Formats: sequence, C-alpha cells, structure tokens
Amino acid sequence: MIETLLQGVLLGGLYCLFALGQSLMFGVMRLTNTAQGDFIVLGAFAAISAISVAAVSPWLVAALLLPLAFSFGYLLQRHVLNGTLGKDPLPSLVVTFGLSIVIQNLLLELFSADPRSIETNGLNTQSVSLPGGIAVGVLPLLILAVAIAATATLQWLFNHTATGRAFRAVSDDREIAELMGLNSNRVYAQATAIAFVLIALAGVLQAMRTTVSPSDGPLLLLFAFEAVIIGGMGSFWGTLLGAMLLGLTQQIGFRIDPGWGIWMGHIVFLIVLVLRPQGLFPKTRG
Amino acid sequence: MEPLLQTTALTAFYGDAQALFGIDFSLNEGELVAVIGANGAGKSTFLKSLTGLVKTKPEQVRFKSEAIGGMAPGEIVKRGLALVPEGRRLFPSLSVEENLLMGAFAQRSGPWNLTRLYAMFPILKEKRHLPGTSLSGGQQQMVAIGRALMSNPSVLLCDELSLGLAPIVIKEIYAAMPTITGEGMTVVIVEQDVTLAQRVSNRIYCFQEGKVSLQGASNSLTREQISAAYFGV
Repeated sequence: MIETLLQGVLLGGLYCLFALGQSLMFGVMRLTNTAQGDFIVLGAFAAISAISVAAVSPWLVAALLLPLAFSFGYLLQRHVLNGTLGKDPLPSLVVTFGLSIVIQNLLLELFSADPRSIETNGLNTQSVSLPGGIAVGVLPLLILAVAIAATATLQWLFNHTATGRAFRAVSDDREIAELMGLNSNRVYAQATAIAFVLIALAGVLQAMRTTVSPSDGPLLLLFAFEAVIIGGMGSFWGTLLGAMLLGLTQQIGFRIDPGWGIWMGHIVFLIVLVLRPQGLFPKTRG
Repeated sequence: MEPLLQTTALTAFYGDAQALFGIDFSLNEGELVAVIGANGAGKSTFLKSLTGLVKTKPEQVRFKSEAIGGMAPGEIVKRGLALVPEGRRLFPSLSVEENLLMGAFAQRSGPWNLTRLYAMFPILKEKRHLPGTSLSGGQQQMVAIGRALMSNPSVLLCDELSLGLAPIVIKEIYAAMPTITGEGMTVVIVEQDVTLAQRVSNRIYCFQEGKVSLQGASNSLTREQISAAYFGV
C-alpha cells in the first residue's frame, strides 16, 4: 500500500510539470491552451532529434532547449495568441486546437507514429532502496524534485517580484493595468515564455521516463487540465496538490484493476468539479 | 499662453452612441477644476477621453502643447496625466502596497513616493500588507488616490471620489486635497455633490447631455445658475 502511495506521489510530480504552464497561462490571461499536451510532445521530439543528430548528453540538450522554448513562447504569444484574447474565450480555444492538430500531423509526418524516448544511460532504470524493501526509481524522484522546485519558484515569482505583480495586475484588470503604463501584450508574452520553459522541461523529462509518440498530446493535456481544475485556479501549490491527488488516485485505481487507473482519475476530477467547482485550493480573489 | 490641458470640440463615442458633443475645456497650471453634472452627462467619459481609455481624435486633446487624443493610456500617464478611476478599481490580487507600486510603473520623478503617501494616509501604512480590496471604502479610495499620485503626474484626474462613501469619510478624503495641491498639483475632480465641488474648486464646468452647459469661477456662480445648468430646467 505504501508503495502505491509513493508511486502516486511520484506520478503526481510528473503531472504537476505537465500542468504548471497551463496554470500560469490560465491564471494570467484566462487562456486555455488546448495544445498544451502537443507542445510537451513537440518539446520531447525537439530534444530527441537534437540528441540523434548531435549525440550529446540529454542534460546539455535540455539546457539549450529551455531558452529556445522561452523565445518560442514569447513570439507565439506576441504574434499569434494575443490576437485571440478578449471577452470571448472561443477564438483562443479554436486557434490552440488548430495548433494542436498541426503539431500532431507535423510530428507524424516527420517522425512516423513510432514511440521514441531519450536514452539516459540507464538512469531511467536505476533505483534507490527504502526501508521496508521498497524500491523507488531515481528518475521519478528527480522529476518530483524538479516539479516541487518549479512550483516554488513560480509561486515566488508570482507573489514577490515585479514581474509577478504585473502578471496579477493584468489578470485582475487589464484596462487599469494599461492605465498604469503596463503593456499587457508584453506581460502576456512573458507569461507564455515562462510557461513554455516548463512545457519543454516536462517534454524532456517525459521522454526520459517513458516513450512519446505524436498522438500523446491530448492525453497529457487532459491530465494537465484535471490537475489545474482540481487544485484551483491561480495557485501553483494548488496545481501541485491537484496533480498529486490525480497521481495518487490513478495509482490506487491501477492497483485495484489495471484498467481502472485513468478512469478513477477522471471520476475524482468529476467529483471535485461537482462538489467544489472552484477547485480545492483556489487563490483567485474576486 | 496655451493652457496646460485643453480640449477642443471633443467628441466621444461608445460604439454608435455618442457620449460627448464638442466639449471645449481648458485647465491652467495649479488650478483645481470641478466637473459637475447629472448621471449620464458625460463626466466620466470626459475623463476617460483625456486618459486614452476612450479614443478621440489627436487634436481634440492637447496636453503640454502636444496632441495626445487617442494615445494609449500608458503613453498618456508617462506624459503626466493620471486618473483615479470611478469605483476605485483596485487590483484585488494585490496588497495595498503593491497597488500603490503599480502607480509608480510610469517611472516619473517627483515628490510622491511610498513614504510621502504613508505620511498623508497613515492608515495605509498600517494595512500595507493586506489585500487592497479588503479595506473599507474610504481607505480603498485613499489607495486609489495614492496609486495615481505614485506616477507623479502634473495633472490628477479624480472621478467621483465621494461615490458610495459616508459624509464623514468624504470629508476625510477631501481633507487630503490641500496637501496634494500644495505640491503644485493641478487637479480635476468629477463630483456629483455640487456644494462640495463649489467649495473645494477654483472653477466649475457643468455638463449636461454631453455638452458644457455652464462654466465659471466657483464663487461667482449662483445656486440658480447651477441648478438650471445641471437639470436643464
């Protein structure tokens, strides 16, 4: 039983990384990025192809990929997504949904439907033994640590820096924020740039931990979305806890019956949505 | 000499609905001018046109000898025109101090900073870490005024400072006015309370249905003139 719970927490760490970018983009500009999962897969394939071409360490590739993702996110928001924002959420949903289809087909065309992964020189099979005969994978532990560090950093950035203050201000009242001299399009681009760093990070770690294929995106989006909703809008610790709850439920489900894992995750998501539509730990003030 | 701020035949629209029909207005340095008028007379629209929240033609608004009509609000605040918006519009996710710091985003230099503001409104210092919107209405209004002052404007525009506040609180808010104007600040207030407006201002403009129906030195206008201009009877 303890092993199941431990695995659930570790899985939650991964889901948290899937969800943080979504949480940030939704929190700052109420934009639901329906291509979130596909961008994670795109990040994974970018790393995979860079490694296959240059045969360098995956960590070096990740280090180079993150600033690239930052610029990509900035430009995407500045030149594509900003044009879709407004009172009506439909344009942004349609555009990101379109991007999702484009990315999936592009990856399918370039890489075929075969699942691929990043070779980690055995890191993905190493484990540490805990008392009680439980073995925990080193890579999942590392992913959990990265997820917690990312959450803490993001929450600190949001609460205690001038950038975070600008994020919250444009999120609260765009018109008044602009009256103060803020350029909200630039603030949005900064938020998306940070979200895409997290997306690329999630992609690389996902491909190290398991395999990715071009059609994985929608399922990753679903997990990210469920974690954000369960946790509550506007709180990154909430997102982390939401992801933990989702991971735990799925692992318990798998334990009961191998076919029940994902399904039980959805059930818990629906229960939260019915009983507490604002999420478990909402931070958004009205 | 050209006035500090001037509008010429200023018109403004919300979609197809016209709200302002040719407003001629001028403001000299160091003045406190009150704009009065009934609900829907166009007072708030007027302030929004001055600050870029409602678009106008460039030459319709001139500030410091520059056509600023229709500029982005952020550009206008950097030139020294700051608005205390109607209904205060504080950022709910920001603390009192963070709300004030947002005002400093325009990065103009001048006498106003957190220390000066806290000296004028000591209660804000005490509550600086609380969410801005958790304060009482009067204290929120102080934050809204402070936020506008933090941009160190040359002209402070105040939209309905007294809206929804108790008379004693309104008195407290207006007690800060001499401190603000004492720094050489030029001020425009939009006010529904005519008596109050007449008492604190040097000049009055009365709006009616998007036009100026009366203007003059505050102490030269009679009650009859004002009520005629106010209600159009």
